[in-house]
Amino acid sequence: MSETTASTASAAPAADERLIKIPWYIKILRRPELGAMAGTVLVTLFFLFYAREQMFTLGGMISFLEPAAQLGILAIAAALLMIAGEFDLGVGSMIAFGGMMVGIPLVVWGWSLELALLMAFGFAIAVGIISGTIVLRTHLPSFIVTLAFLFILRGATLIGLKWATGGNTQLRGIQDAAGDHWLLDYLSGNAFEGAFVTFAEWGLIDTFKSGLPKVQGIPVEIIWFVLLTVLATWVLLKTRFGNWIFAAGGDAVAARNVGVPVARVKIIMFCTTACAATLVGVMNALDFGSTDASRGLLKEFEAIIAAVIGGCLLTGGYGSAVGAFFGAIIFGMVSIGITYTDIDQDMFKIFLGAMLLVAVLFNNFIRRKAMGGR
Amino acid sequence: MATQSTSDVPLIDVRNVTKHFGSVIALSGISLQVNSGEVHCLLGDNGAGKSTLIKTLAGVHKPTTGEIHVEGKRVSFNSPRDALDAGIATVYQDLAMIPLMSVTRNFFMGREITKGIWPFRRFDLERANAIAKEEMKKIGIDVREPEQSTGTLSGGERQSLAIARAVYFGAKLLILDEPTSALGVAQTTMVLKYTNLVRKRGLGVIFITHNVRHAYAVGDKFTVLNRGQTLGTYAKGEIDMDALQNMMAGGKTLEDLSAELGDEVATV
Repeated sequence: MSETTASTASAAPAADERLIKIPWYIKILRRPELGAMAGTVLVTLFFLFYAREQMFTLGGMISFLEPAAQLGILAIAAALLMIAGEFDLGVGSMIAFGGMMVGIPLVVWGWSLELALLMAFGFAIAVGIISGTIVLRTHLPSFIVTLAFLFILRGATLIGLKWATGGNTQLRGIQDAAGDHWLLDYLSGNAFEGAFVTFAEWGLIDTFKSGLPKVQGIPVEIIWFVLLTVLATWVLLKTRFGNWIFAAGGDAVAARNVGVPVARVKIIMFCTTACAATLVGVMNALDFGSTDASRGLLKEFEAIIAAVIGGCLLTGGYGSAVGAFFGAIIFGMVSIGITYTDIDQDMFKIFLGAMLLVAVLFNNFIRRKAMGGR
Repeated sequence: MATQSTSDVPLIDVRNVTKHFGSVIALSGISLQVNSGEVHCLLGDNGAGKSTLIKTLAGVHKPTTGEIHVEGKRVSFNSPRDALDAGIATVYQDLAMIPLMSVTRNFFMGREITKGIWPFRRFDLERANAIAKEEMKKIGIDVREPEQSTGTLSGGERQSLAIARAVYFGAKLLILDEPTSALGVAQTTMVLKYTNLVRKRGLGVIFITHNVRHAYAVGDKFTVLNRGQTLGTYAKGEIDMDALQNMMAGGKTLEDLSAELGDEVATV
């Protein structure tokens, strides 16, 4: 018995004797998403103690995961763009713009949903290409260029909606115009409704008196949020393009010198944030059946905050999509969770600011550790 | 048609290249030839046009006039990628590595090896880690963990990593931009040793420096650059260190300079 273990040990490739075994906790410490994960645990513990118990029922959890998911979809894209070394402040306005771009063809022109979606995402990609190209050609900070787009897109949405409705800033009737298109299953309402009915029958989840489940399913936003986190993480860590994202943000000149197409990478990332915002705008428009020029106000900052809490460096080249995932969950949990407590809701803003400050200080510390503790 | 053996044709042949930036003449006639298995030192003081010349050879700038031939074929680079594809790799003084990225990710930056079929094609990190570790070992640098960030390496190790990367990816001509200027003695030795190793492998090297001692230690040929012009190329036996130093200073000898500076400095 002992002999067999010995022989298998010698058959295995010899371990490098000069390799100092790095303890697992140091490896975890080096991950950019550590702060956000620790933060999520702390915030969860806090609300487990202080919030009414409804918060952690199925319905309560969905109530904070839904806004977290909407923000998270933006935050993941914002995180990738930040890792590539740029910002996009046009994201919030893009939500309203995207909602309008799917609403007008559906309601005013009577297009089918797929054509309307094609147009909305086509415009998103165009906006990404335009803002990205301006940033790269002029070498102006993306902060300023996309700040301009924050106003341009918001203004364009106001004008567009007033034109479409004859003076209103809200366009209604989107749900009716979309009909019962098969794509709606993926863009609005809940997923797994059948399964939830079954769970209700089995008595696994809370039901109304009629026997129908109180929670009808998982909102599609949450499914998108999880899938996009997985996809973004895979792209970032496991693909060639992911390496280019890190390189473009880490040092654009060094990356270009070894042949990384930095401009293309950055422009694709600008298109990604615009598309993520449009996705959120479209889902909002289809869920509510209307779109409004004021949708997505301040979302650009919330997305950046979630990405920073998630470990992204403002200087680029470092961060993670998983971090942004947890950053968004913290955001949703605190903003909604505070209504389950007796704490003054205005405390949320103070908490948010403090959280951001702590996250930035922590990230700075981690970066120095990652660079070798110097 | 004359059949030329490859050894007759210089690896790179720069013919009377000029480069103007608006009204500024950065290069006013550079001619230079580098053969395989040869370290060609390019010496020049600050402002002599070294950086412009490197960037022209590396595809960052296009020459205003003049020709560049690689292995007998005339080339025109539109981007650093073109130069890389032609086998010209440049290792910049301080812009070679991204400190926040791992050794492996830096090593394969822009040339990631992949596995799998699209859309599931991915960066083969396992193999990349093994290769990076192996290549670094070949030059005597023990990267304990190829996934450690490059920021943890010393300056000399980072330069050597950049050189190892270029060699691994099949560079024929390596341009080293002041690789030793920011390094201490031990690390300079390491970089010079590795430059020598690269030459033995049959690559051509353009070694840019303003340190004559470093140049003389490793160089086969020396070209002095002054005010955007080449002042001539000398083989190692033809010229000594002092003469090179004097040419770099624009004809003034160190003794002249000492005299100008007065007795106090002259006695130092």
